[in-house]
Amino acid sequence: MSAPTVLVTGASGMLGGAVATTLRDRGARVRAFQRRPAQIPGVEDVTGSLTEAADVRRAVQGADAVIHLAAKVSISGPEHEYRAINIDGTRHVVDALRAQGGGTLVNVSSPSVAHLGRAIEGLDATPADPARARGHYSRTKAAAELLAMGADGEDGLLVTTVRPHIVWGPGDTQLVGRIVDRARSGRLPLLDEGMALIDTTYVTNAAEAIVAAHDRIEDVHGESFVITNGEPRTVRDVFNGWCDAAGVRRPSLRIPGSVGRLAGRVVERIWEARPGHDEPPMTEFLAEQMSTAHWFDQRRTRERLQWTPRVTMDEGNEHLAAWFREHPVTD
Amino acid sequence: MVNTSTRSTGRRRAATPDVPGMPEVDPRLSRTLEVRDHAGEQRRWHLLDSGPLLAERGITPQGTLLAVHGNPTYSFLFRSLVREDIPWRLIAVDQLEMGWSERTGVTRRLQDRITDLSLLTDALSIRGPVVTVGHDWGGIVSVGWALDNRHDLAGMILTNTGIHQELVEKLPKALQLATTPAFLPASTSLTDTFLRTTLALSRPPLPKEVQDAYLAPYRTRARRKGIEQFVADIPPHASHPSRPTLERLAEGIRDLKVPTLFAWGPRDVTFSDRYLRDLIERVPHADVHRFEKTSHLVWEDADVAGLVSQWLRTRLSPSAAELEPAQRITAPRPVSSYAEPAPERHVGEPIARLAADPAHAHRPAVVEMAGPDGERREISWSLLNRRVDDIAAGLLGHGVRPGDRVSILITPGADLTGVLYACLRIGAVAVIADAGLGIPGLTRAVIGSHPDWLIGIKTALVGARTMGWPGRRISVEQLPTLDRAALGVESSIAQLATSGSMMRDLGAPLDAAWPDADADAAILFTSGSTGPAKGAVYTHRQMSAMFTAVGDTLQLDPERGLVAGFAPFALLGPALGAPTVVPDMDITRPGELTAPALAEAIAALGEPAVFTAPAALRNILDTAGQLDEFGRGAIASAASFFSAGAPIPAHLLRELRGLMPHARALTPYGMTECLAVAAIDLEGIEAAGEGSGVCVGRPVPRTEIAIAVMDEDGRTTGEITKDPGTTGEILVRAPHVRDRYLMLWGTTHASMRFEGWHATGDVGHLDAEGRLWVEGRADHVLATAEGLFTPVQIEDAAETVPTVRRAGAAVVGPRGTQQVVVILETEDGYRPGRPGKPRAAATSLQEAVRRAVRERSGAEVVAVFTTSALPTDIRHNSKIDRAALSRWSGQTLRGEKAGSL
Repeated sequence: MSAPTVLVTGASGMLGGAVATTLRDRGARVRAFQRRPAQIPGVEDVTGSLTEAADVRRAVQGADAVIHLAAKVSISGPEHEYRAINIDGTRHVVDALRAQGGGTLVNVSSPSVAHLGRAIEGLDATPADPARARGHYSRTKAAAELLAMGADGEDGLLVTTVRPHIVWGPGDTQLVGRIVDRARSGRLPLLDEGMALIDTTYVTNAAEAIVAAHDRIEDVHGESFVITNGEPRTVRDVFNGWCDAAGVRRPSLRIPGSVGRLAGRVVERIWEARPGHDEPPMTEFLAEQMSTAHWFDQRRTRERLQWTPRVTMDEGNEHLAAWFREHPVTD
Repeated sequence: MVNTSTRSTGRRRAATPDVPGMPEVDPRLSRTLEVRDHAGEQRRWHLLDSGPLLAERGITPQGTLLAVHGNPTYSFLFRSLVREDIPWRLIAVDQLEMGWSERTGVTRRLQDRITDLSLLTDALSIRGPVVTVGHDWGGIVSVGWALDNRHDLAGMILTNTGIHQELVEKLPKALQLATTPAFLPASTSLTDTFLRTTLALSRPPLPKEVQDAYLAPYRTRARRKGIEQFVADIPPHASHPSRPTLERLAEGIRDLKVPTLFAWGPRDVTFSDRYLRDLIERVPHADVHRFEKTSHLVWEDADVAGLVSQWLRTRLSPSAAELEPAQRITAPRPVSSYAEPAPERHVGEPIARLAADPAHAHRPAVVEMAGPDGERREISWSLLNRRVDDIAAGLLGHGVRPGDRVSILITPGADLTGVLYACLRIGAVAVIADAGLGIPGLTRAVIGSHPDWLIGIKTALVGARTMGWPGRRISVEQLPTLDRAALGVESSIAQLATSGSMMRDLGAPLDAAWPDADADAAILFTSGSTGPAKGAVYTHRQMSAMFTAVGDTLQLDPERGLVAGFAPFALLGPALGAPTVVPDMDITRPGELTAPALAEAIAALGEPAVFTAPAALRNILDTAGQLDEFGRGAIASAASFFSAGAPIPAHLLRELRGLMPHARALTPYGMTECLAVAAIDLEGIEAAGEGSGVCVGRPVPRTEIAIAVMDEDGRTTGEITKDPGTTGEILVRAPHVRDRYLMLWGTTHASMRFEGWHATGDVGHLDAEGRLWVEGRADHVLATAEGLFTPVQIEDAAETVPTVRRAGAAVVGPRGTQQVVVILETEDGYRPGRPGKPRAAATSLQEAVRRAVRERSGAEVVAVFTTSALPTDIRHNSKIDRAALSRWSGQTLRGEKAGSL
């Protein structure tokens, strides 16, 4: 029997790349699908758009399994773009699998699909709620998760969802890069002194959890899992750790959370009317993320996926520091 | 006759809007129903009915809870009674004119409402066991239903209500105002002040959506009309038309011998403790639970539904239903009755015995180093005996009866000893609240114990006057007339003792039987780090056993006296026949006892046992330099040293040995509910060595210890073990375990959930030598994803970091996946005094603590904070208030603002 073929969508991102590499190293035939070639050695590239059903069908053709990571991940922008990529894109993946008679799908989602604006302390994965989730990204990801999970068991398709929380690691431009950048220029505020406790996930752990979900899908299909390092830290400690790793000054700007949220709301409006080049400096969603607790009960996740995070927060920061030594932050 | 639709019957009726959704209420519970009322008119009722929901879940209800709200609420008040662990059908009605039921425009009297309700339950075909649930004036209607439907009545639950109104002047103040005709329409129909006032009483304030739900049915003046009529039907005068009904109910309730539960929110301007007291007098077998600090809407402020669930399981389970009716209402067997009994003796009996013994009669029983005038005062056994008898006779003569509760607010010394033993002698129940509770705590304890009498020193009487403490007042000293009038004082102990003495001189000495051994003797309130003080009720038998246990442990006898450096121990001597010395000290600050004051007290007796508060030891050692040669010699003669309240670290005991080389230093383990459980001396501590927690030694005589096994969430599983090494909740059995908590049925029940054992709420383990190790409070067990940890495990590990002075462990998050937080004092940053606002620890310190805790205990620490001083409880000034740490950590790490600890 030949090695199974696994399609990874969104392999050009940090997490997608890590998933593709891990699978490849285990001997799977890996195919990557995104707009531009991911150029991962030993991984076949299929380029195309998630919003085009035909492109997706072409990519899925002949794959036994799909790990669907591609999404529009951002905190601003018009809603229709999110809908097209996150909801329609997921529908295209599900439809293509069903049309070819099934397979398995690990749908990568986000804990924000169930985040209704209140602090999360020690909760397991709660139901995705497109009506009440906050922001375009979370709402469309919530709808996509319901859509994907609704197809579990249909036409030979098995679906599970994993929701990694705040994935970070070396080479991450999305989050670590921005935080370090802003800290360096003294523009990184800590809301309410950054005391809220948050869970984050080192990229290797997230990738291995996704692969574990893929391996265990016969048992765990139909279930959603939140993935984290299981080592909650205060926002301030997380940011300090990254800044220390990058060798930049720690954030010293402190503003009240209420001010941050208000500023975020205003900025969000302005950005919607006059989109800038960069992400907005602050959105209400981001302000809330940075000033309220978000940490999770990982017992079911670990037991069901038979997975535990291998890289601790401290080790992750050491890897990050090593990477920054290779790639120093320059003005 | 029943019409479950809401279609019009053709008559003109007040507009009745559709019943909207209510927060926290399954919409399927809500239903409307048309039933004829007492006048034969079809009326539309709204009610919450959990019957269909139970049927859906395939549950056959054990019976029906018929819940009647008061004024100005509606069935929404009882929504919490729909829960998985209550397999009873809830029928919670909106009374006519109120809630979402019909506004008929007809004035309904109390009897009409009772009849209306019976007609409704007929229409619903409710049969078989019914437990009535009533709140506020709905309580009276529910009692009316109970009396009229006795064949179906299985039990009765009443919350913040009153069954009897004597006369208008006795009406609660808030109601006197509300029933004034001029005030009536203004307060109820015109404005919704009455409603808003009631809702505003809750602490913490009710969530907005809950307040809105209460206000929703009363948005317009027309819809509020019912409140006005309801208030107008409160019968203040004997001539009021509803008065005879109320009289009938108030007397009738005495005949209802069914399991009964009174749940109360004492912060109620209307239905205060007076009404609860009245109800208890009418239904003495009732189970009572006062939720301290909660208000009139006790259903909102406390987990009343949880209590009801527990109570229904205990009193009205299917197996309980097979009991004889009389058995269903009996109190549970106390823990003490399962233990090896102590030798029987009346509390205080040694006083009379020693007074009659020529060898002892004129020796001192009590020595006060600084008596009332600051001078040394000695009282002999003979004098003490006469004093006790005289006060006892005087109290009886003044009208104090056996069983009366007497709140005693006297500083320790001869007066307190005299009054306490006089009360015990005649069977009056002594209520003793520790001054360390502070004024608010003391007030709660005094009010919450429903005292008939209050005997106090002048400051206490001023407090009683100011704070409105109940009870007829007696002063200690004879006060000037003006003060007596101002403080509402009837008599004084001085006067009562004189009259007792005169009676004896006239040939009529005290003539009173010793109280029954199983009658209540005393109620002790002590502070804890866990919420408001609870009153521990001791019977005479239990109290006598308690004195015997302490005496046996310390080998006290008439030849060996004791120095009471900690006020409560001043009461111990007379019971054991041991002379007592009270040092010159501020007894409210036991931690400030100095070495010279202690030396003088020791010198007064020679080779005594010394009792101090744990915090005092540090101060004694620190002031030892002030001792002169005489003082050093005196202090060195102490035969034993005993400190109660918290375990003492071995290094302090070692230092103490320098001062008291001959003293056997005992550190005990005990609690208000069982003052002596185990004890250990310095040699024992050294033999035990290092371990998890604090070794408190082996059980004292007649005492048994066991461990209740815990699951991964830190909850006891029901399994009991004496196997060494298993950590769990510490269980105690002894003849001196208290009988129960006062008016805390739920708490008492929970502490007795292991039959024949008192669950201490502490956690620890036994070792192979049978020694007990205490590891903290069960509530504070850290139930993390890595397993269970006790706070001391974390704290001991954190304190191995050299710069750490003292550490406190806290947790955030739900049990089973809790996260550990450490808050600490550093050697450099420590500032004695009020606890400050913690700050995030420096990265290096945080890392050091994290590593130390991980290596020594296996627990992961999420965050480390430093503070100038950790909060400790007032009384012992040594136990870290871990609950406060967890509260602060919870708020802060949730991302909320939190102030100082």
